Amino acid sequence: MTSRASAPPPFSTIGRRRWAGWLRVGPEVNGGDAFFRFSTASVTVVATGLLVVLGIGLFVSSRGTFGRQGLGFLVGPTWAPVHGVFGALPFAYGTLVTSGLALFLAVPVALGVAIFLAELSPRWMRGPVGLLVELSAAVPSIVYGLWGVAVLVPWLREVAEPALQRGLGWVPVFRGVPVGNGLLAAALILSLMVLPTIAAVSRDVLRAVPTGLKEGALALGATRWEMLRMVALPHARTGLLGAVLLGLGRALGEAMAVTMVIGNNPRIAASLFEPSSTMAAILANQFGEAHGPHLEALAALAFLLFILTVALNVAARLLVGRGWGQPKAEARFLFPRAP
Amino acid sequence: MVRGAGATFPAPLYEAWVAAYRAVAPQLRLNYQAVGSGAGLRQVFDGTTDFAASDVALTDEQVARAGRPLLHVPLTLGVVAVAFHVPTVGPLDLAPDVLADAYLGVVTRWDDPRIAATNPGVTLPSLPIVPVYRSDGSGSTAIFSEYLARRHEAFAARIGRGTQVRFGLGVGAKGNDGVTTQIQTTPGALGYVELLYARHGHLTTARLRNAAGLWVAPSNGGATAAAAATDRALGERHPEDLRVSLVDGPGDDAYPLSAYSFVLVPEEFSAGGEAKGRALAGFLWWALHEGQKVAPSLDYAALPIATVTRAEARLRLLRAGDHRLLDPPPSP
Repeated sequence: MTSRASAPPPFSTIGRRRWAGWLRVGPEVNGGDAFFRFSTASVTVVATGLLVVLGIGLFVSSRGTFGRQGLGFLVGPTWAPVHGVFGALPFAYGTLVTSGLALFLAVPVALGVAIFLAELSPRWMRGPVGLLVELSAAVPSIVYGLWGVAVLVPWLREVAEPALQRGLGWVPVFRGVPVGNGLLAAALILSLMVLPTIAAVSRDVLRAVPTGLKEGALALGATRWEMLRMVALPHARTGLLGAVLLGLGRALGEAMAVTMVIGNNPRIAASLFEPSSTMAAILANQFGEAHGPHLEALAALAFLLFILTVALNVAARLLVGRGWGQPKAEARFLFPRAP
Repeated sequence: MVRGAGATFPAPLYEAWVAAYRAVAPQLRLNYQAVGSGAGLRQVFDGTTDFAASDVALTDEQVARAGRPLLHVPLTLGVVAVAFHVPTVGPLDLAPDVLADAYLGVVTRWDDPRIAATNPGVTLPSLPIVPVYRSDGSGSTAIFSEYLARRHEAFAARIGRGTQVRFGLGVGAKGNDGVTTQIQTTPGALGYVELLYARHGHLTTARLRNAAGLWVAPSNGGATAAAAATDRALGERHPEDLRVSLVDGPGDDAYPLSAYSFVLVPEEFSAGGEAKGRALAGFLWWALHEGQKVAPSLDYAALPIATVTRAEARLRLLRAGDHRLLDPPPSP
């Protein structure tokens, strides 16, 4: 221990226990470690601070819209910059419908892929097929968009949508003249884009389930399916939810691929065959030329998208309740009561 | 280094001019960024760029927002073509009220009697009309909506006029290229694009009825005729600042969807530096004269003589402090 005569400077953490509030930040053994801790902490502050700064910046830019319309902006059904009318409801609707439908289509398939790759496939297959899945996640969105315009939209217009109308035309969501571009096209493109992300992360989560647990269940006489259902999937539950959220995050924010196939018509469309728009797509389209109240309304939409993404992530963590399974430092702050 | 930013439409022309001008004045370095009229205007208002390019003249509100006087110097003419994709049918004559009603959802199929009325002898299929428009802010939308708004009250009231209007029906695509692709791939599509894109995309175009009641096909010559006829018709009343609309203008050969493509330069150029101002003024003068001879070979419309004369008068106002930038520099 150092003597009082040569005490280290007050902020130093070398050789001393220090607290910043309730967070214990010391002791460090030497100056190098202290510097290391300081620099990594600063970088973390900057990275998380950027998130806060972004949110504040968006809110400030959109002040005018919220000042004029208040929360009515969120439920305004009309977006008509030429008449000075702004409302977020058409985009909230488009975003939720396309992302929701995309997840509805992609999650079961992705889970199936993940379970197959993690548990059921021959070992020699897992490497190459896994790589293919990860590679599809790396394809740029504009490529998906171009493929959508060239292949998916014509196929929907000529083949799929007329077939759906013939078979299920009595359902309101399948009415209207099939143009190809529309909510269904956007939802399909998004499901293709999020599928590899969810599948790859889910596969890793399933692989991380302790082998001992799985073998114990098998040893007790469970079938493969029973082992999955009773041991592996429950254990991986939080991670799987995290994978789905990653996919949802990508779906919510996707602008380029969506704007090329959705038809860019800011209205609430009753039918999946009709053109619509999403928050990300309208921002990609109109931000460049907007000014004044129009620009403020777009900033308000960006702020909404930001809040939506953050809130979804926080809500999912809280819903799960058990943290990430293993107690970590952050879990102690989020869930102060012992699990 | 002279910097400019703005509309994508004249970008290839400006680049060709800069390359050609290097033979005349090798010391000029000019960089033009086709970031869109809106972004270009914002930059010239802030002073971060030396000039902007826009396919639409500034509104009074924008003039006020600019803070300082900006000169409108037209350098070429934009031509917006109405294009469509109906298999088995060639160019059609489409009346403005029919076009407006197609975008309003009143006329829904290509074999509507009102379309057949202006196209006798043409067999029209019973294909649903799919209106296509620009989802991003665009000078083409301003020109197209202006034409239809003038001729159709319900269009003016419901959809409006401007760079961004509320179409309500149909499919929006981003950029001239997006609209071209959409029309190419969608049977029954009806839309509006710059003539250059319609030509390169091999789209079938429509003839439109101009103010004189004659059917005119989209062409650069039609735009030049529109500009010349408007100049003649307005005569003394022609706005000095050249903020004039050519849409649906007079003239037998005039094509109704024409517009000047402007360069916007701050009248008082001291902030940029006098030497730069002289270089820019020299380039713009060259573009107004020699440049116009080159434009048709690049598929761009040339300005009529009357417009060149008026633009010269505007350019002569360019100054830095007390010096007019087009006059020879004062001897030291």
